[in-house]
Amino acid sequence: MTLQEGAVLSREVAREEQSGAPKARRSPFTLGRWLLPTYSVLALVFLLVPIVYTIVFSFNSSVKSNIAWRGFTFRNWFTVCDQPGVCQAFGNSILIGVTATVLATVLGTLIALALTRYRFRGRAAVNLLIFLPMATPEVVMGAGLAAQFLSAGIDKGIGTIIIAHTMFCLSFVVVTVKARASSLDPALEAAGADLYGSPTVVFWRVTFPLLLPGILAAALLSFSLSFDDFIITYFNAGAVNTFPTYIYTAATRGIPASANVIATAVFVLAIVAVVTSSVIGRMRARRLRPPG
Amino acid sequence: MAITAFTGAAAPTTNQPTRHGRIAFLLLLPGIAYLVLFFIVPLVSLVITSLEAPSTVYGAYVYGFEWQNYADVIGQYGEQIGRSFLYAVLATVFALLISYPLAYFIGVRMRSKPVLQSFLVILVIAPFFISFLLRTLAWKQILSDEGPVVSALKALSILGPQAHLTGTPFSVVFGLTYNFIPFMCLPIYTTLERLDLRYLEAGSDLYASPAAVFRRVTLPLSLPGVVSGTLLTFIPAAGDYVNASQEFLGGTSSTMIGNVIQSNFLVQLNYPAAAALSILLMAIILVIVGVYVKRSGTEDLL
Repeated sequence: MTLQEGAVLSREVAREEQSGAPKARRSPFTLGRWLLPTYSVLALVFLLVPIVYTIVFSFNSSVKSNIAWRGFTFRNWFTVCDQPGVCQAFGNSILIGVTATVLATVLGTLIALALTRYRFRGRAAVNLLIFLPMATPEVVMGAGLAAQFLSAGIDKGIGTIIIAHTMFCLSFVVVTVKARASSLDPALEAAGADLYGSPTVVFWRVTFPLLLPGILAAALLSFSLSFDDFIITYFNAGAVNTFPTYIYTAATRGIPASANVIATAVFVLAIVAVVTSSVIGRMRARRLRPPG
Repeated sequence: MAITAFTGAAAPTTNQPTRHGRIAFLLLLPGIAYLVLFFIVPLVSLVITSLEAPSTVYGAYVYGFEWQNYADVIGQYGEQIGRSFLYAVLATVFALLISYPLAYFIGVRMRSKPVLQSFLVILVIAPFFISFLLRTLAWKQILSDEGPVVSALKALSILGPQAHLTGTPFSVVFGLTYNFIPFMCLPIYTTLERLDLRYLEAGSDLYASPAAVFRRVTLPLSLPGVVSGTLLTFIPAAGDYVNASQEFLGGTSSTMIGNVIQSNFLVQLNYPAAAALSILLMAIILVIVGVYVKRSGTEDLL
């Protein structure tokens, strides 16, 4: 078969595919083509229903318990802190979240650096120690810490909550930063060294800026884990209320609408932050893409 | 952000560590010391507590080797232990059935529309940003006897006039499933999003039916995501006590091991029983996870 014949043949095949074949191949897909998007939209609606419910009920003109719909009002939004305890609990959650995030991010980033950049004995043991907290049910970690604080005679309070939150955030930080660190191109550091950068300079001018998105992502993840944690917190809170423990204890007598207001405000802020960072990331990726 | 955390463990390390030295030790020391002090030591103190014997004072216990504690809690709470794992398995299966198609749709079908794709990912992680207690309570209201779901089901005669949804095993499994869908969906999405579509083309070029391509190519390639998703669902679901709590979606006949641990520890101050149950829960989970990870052939996950 000559070259031309081959070209003609391939053109024929291509034409064949354009005309008949795709239809034949597509027909069993027509159901699938609509089925999958419909299913996915339904799944997303299912996922979002309680969120919408929570947001809508922050505008409910409720008196005591926020269960039945009694009409639309903005009042809850202006009187958030009138309910005793809600804002106190929210403030505690922020304080605990920020402290635990800083501690976990520092400790976790150091471990991630050691794991990705150095060879050492006992590596498997370290990996296992990082993995285990993620594979342990929260109720076990909560009971364990509470038992430890009990036998050590430490009073439960904000301090014990921070200790607990730092502990379970740590593994997630290691995993997140490690993923980023292991995707870095070693040639970039080599280039820095070739340009007579000392190891310290190379680390702070090359490695650290490249790791920063991973570290920030880890910090955000830590904060959201800490902010929403209930199970471990409840075991180690003592008399202190965080936002989730407040909701849990208030659930028996009815959640005030101000809890919905705070949750809604946090939700909107977080979504705005995520959307902004994804837009910025997209713009940066476009700018870095080579022209053409 | 969250996405990388959930599948990072499965990501291969591309640049092998090249240097070694004392620095590694110094980097590891603070974090590892922290985990030993506040993760390992508490587990040890749980084991010690679980073997303690009651003393004459209520709520106080003395050191001992009361192995009987374990036999006692298994005898007393065997039903709740079995139920926890049953509910966790059911919730994992349902969450997988809901999440896999969704993850496939976002990760594969939406690849040509990157903006819509990242919007859909944000919708999947949106539940992370609003208190899960409030979301669960929202379901409690929606599924309550006065709520729209029950009245609709009663009007259709699917539910009897005296039937409830809240407080039943159904609503507990429903709540567990709902709460863990994002944890299931994200890891699967991450593997499917990286899936090389040319493998699928190669499959159909070799005359495989779409079903065969899915079973022989897509599914095996997305298995690491499925494994981490099922673990991230099964483990916390087995120990959860919020959904099964009576103030939320549970009832007296749907109590889980988490509720028993919580009430023994925080209400009845029966620390040995709570500790023994925690150790049992952890041991059973470790065995199940170990077998599961071995059988699914993704040991590098650990």
